[in-house]
Amino acid sequence: MTILDVLSTALLLAGCFFFLAGTVGLLRFPDVYCRLHALTKADNLGLQLVVLGLALRAESPFTAGKLLLIWLLALLASATIAHLVAHLARREGYPPWTR
Amino acid sequence: MTALLYGVAAFLLANISVGLYRVARGPTHLDRMLAAQLLGTTGIAVALVLAEATGNPGGRDVALVLAVLATLAAVFFVRRFRFGAGGTASR
Repeated sequence: MTILDVLSTALLLAGCFFFLAGTVGLLRFPDVYCRLHALTKADNLGLQLVVLGLALRAESPFTAGKLLLIWLLALLASATIAHLVAHLARREGYPPWTR
Repeated sequence: MTALLYGVAAFLLANISVGLYRVARGPTHLDRMLAAQLLGTTGIAVALVLAEATGNPGGRDVALVLAVLATLAAVFFVRRFRFGAGGTASR
């Protein structure tokens, strides 16, 4: 078990934990705006950690670069979609959840 | 190491199947779209992990296409509800 294997395993497991946190947030939060937070932030952080863990194991720098580009695309897409969905929810008149 | 990768892929698939509860339950159509985005993002992760586990580099292209298609699906969804059932822009 080289140090690269240990680091890659740690990053993959941390990514799994953040995916779990995002899914729990999607299920448990009381409002569409709160679920948007959980989905776009936690899930994308989980994807980032998983991609980093896989990029450490990649066989060439081009493969690692491809993985990082996939992650960048997913990140930009999620940010745009979060804004679009929140704007649509506001237009359709859903009130934000207050305590 | 591949056992760990298969375990990660199985865990992410369990995440997707649990997130489908929001598709069934979600009080608004936007909640269902959010669950579809969960499917997209977690599907990217599953495709990348399986591409590494099986040694087949085609899974990375699958992940790339899935990222683009999930984005387009969400954009078309928002566009439909913003501009009416026709989906064409009035401006």
